[in-house]
Amino acid sequence: MRISQQPLVPSSTVPAAISAQGLRRTYGNVVAVDSLDLDVAEGEVYGFLGPNGAGKSTVVRMLCTLASMTAGSASVAGYDVAKQGDLVRLSIGVALQDAALDGKLTGRETLTLQGRYYGLDRDAAVTRIEELAPLLEMDAIDRRVSTYSGGMKRRLDLAAALMHNPEVLFLDEPTTGLDPISRAVVWEQVRSLNRDLGMTIFLTTQYLEEADALTHRVGILNHGLLVAEGAPDELKRTVGSDVVVARVAANPDLAAQAIGQVPGISHIEVYGNEVSAATGDGASVISPVAVALSAAGVEVTDLSIHPTTLDDVFLELTGARIEVEE
Amino acid sequence: MSETALSRPAGGEVIRARPSGFLGDMASVASRALRLLPRDLEAIIPAMLIPLFFLVVTIGAIQNLAGDVVSDIDYKAFQLPVAIMTAVTGMSRANSLVIDISEGYFDRLLMTPVNRYALLLGLMVADFTLFFVMAIPVIALGFAIGVSFGATGVVGLLVFVLFGALWGLAFTGFPYAIALRTGNPAAVNSSFLLFFPFMFLTTAWVSRDVMTDWLAAITWFNPMTYALEGMRSLFSGWDGWALGRALLAIGVVGLLAQTLAFRSLRGRIRRG
Repeated sequence: MRISQQPLVPSSTVPAAISAQGLRRTYGNVVAVDSLDLDVAEGEVYGFLGPNGAGKSTVVRMLCTLASMTAGSASVAGYDVAKQGDLVRLSIGVALQDAALDGKLTGRETLTLQGRYYGLDRDAAVTRIEELAPLLEMDAIDRRVSTYSGGMKRRLDLAAALMHNPEVLFLDEPTTGLDPISRAVVWEQVRSLNRDLGMTIFLTTQYLEEADALTHRVGILNHGLLVAEGAPDELKRTVGSDVVVARVAANPDLAAQAIGQVPGISHIEVYGNEVSAATGDGASVISPVAVALSAAGVEVTDLSIHPTTLDDVFLELTGARIEVEE
Repeated sequence: MSETALSRPAGGEVIRARPSGFLGDMASVASRALRLLPRDLEAIIPAMLIPLFFLVVTIGAIQNLAGDVVSDIDYKAFQLPVAIMTAVTGMSRANSLVIDISEGYFDRLLMTPVNRYALLLGLMVADFTLFFVMAIPVIALGFAIGVSFGATGVVGLLVFVLFGALWGLAFTGFPYAIALRTGNPAAVNSSFLLFFPFMFLTTAWVSRDVMTDWLAAITWFNPMTYALEGMRSLFSGWDGWALGRALLAIGVVGLLAQTLAFRSLRGRIRRG
């Protein structure tokens, strides 16, 4: 049950749920985010993809009014982040990277209290907890959060972010550290929120498959700069439909030179002892690549072909791979 | 766990966020802090026992020496305000706040529409409530050893406890300021060091007229002196001047400490 991969490109007919112009944040001399322009349409699932330290969380913290902007401007749900912080906070739900929960409260107390922060009375909180039951392990809802597993905490955190039916939901690395089953549950709920409730979702992730599976559009962030933006398929097409990867024992530059001579190869990237070559038709070029490497005297330890991934896009744009850290 | 997707009830009104107002925000923050108090007994019980211990030991050690020299009231009554102040000074939710900061819960609160000042004032409401609870065993022990509020009655007793709670509330600004500025539990615990000059450079054990000159001189500048004298006055009758000075002294400490606390809150929010 995949969501549509059709991009929801913001236009004059679809109001922007999130908009930023020239967003910049520095910490001393360190520039965490620079010159970021962003438009996320209402009802869109937008993903920020990038390695740890790329600035993804900093952007989320600024848009959620948690961190101030050094420069630039932004609006969320139609409200100015810098000047109308109260209204922004009424309109958003946020689940940050680390599930920030009070271990001494039970799951139900956590949600009820979260509801109170958003002006929900007791009856409304009870109703919302029932509605959010699919996210929760109701058997454990009256247990203290300190007894929960990591996956249960993350789902409770997500449920807390949804207590007040936010217009815009921010998810900062929602599945980092989760087991595959919990990850699948979170994915399904994200899809459901967007598909069934039309919720705008802004998520950050370091998982390529997550960005691929969940988002309408992806922004690739590296060292605080937005280096590419578009629908995942659109971005992958810019690299090619297939990638031939040759791992060599030595001389990767010589290998790259040899592969570059093969007709049909469009881009070549060297990353350590790995040479990646983008092509429109992997099946037809893999044999010539093997021959070219052999003729050049390069010792090949592995030669493979795979469809283009967002990691290949990232490699093409930045010369580095996304190192996933759990 | 059900696999049913999240949905809104057909035809039902969608539940949305709405502002709770400042008092509502404060009540929400306070309700969490109060709910957690019984789950934090390991911090509260020692703080309840220490003033009882010192009250008994101090009376046992000094009462016979004191006679009528130390004060114009019974020495047990003389010591009761000290016990109350010991119970409430430095007792706050500041340690919980540090845990909230380090575990990200404070960030969660900052991303809700809860008024930023209510985040701190709500904790202080819980503290203020706790101070009355902390006073109960001290007062009970006081009654058990024969202290009486005969001159001012029940109202005097309530004012006595209220002054102690107000002092505690005023003082909470210091640990909260340290908590918000440093996010460091050890630093927050060190705020207890402030208690010593406040408590010991004053008329905690004897009245000013029997002190050495240098210590008596210092006590003039210690607001705790006036708070203690105001509370002690309630054993002799209604003394507006003593009570007024006590309130003023508490107000000065409160103004200083709370200014530091709220400036630290603004600083933490600004730093993000």
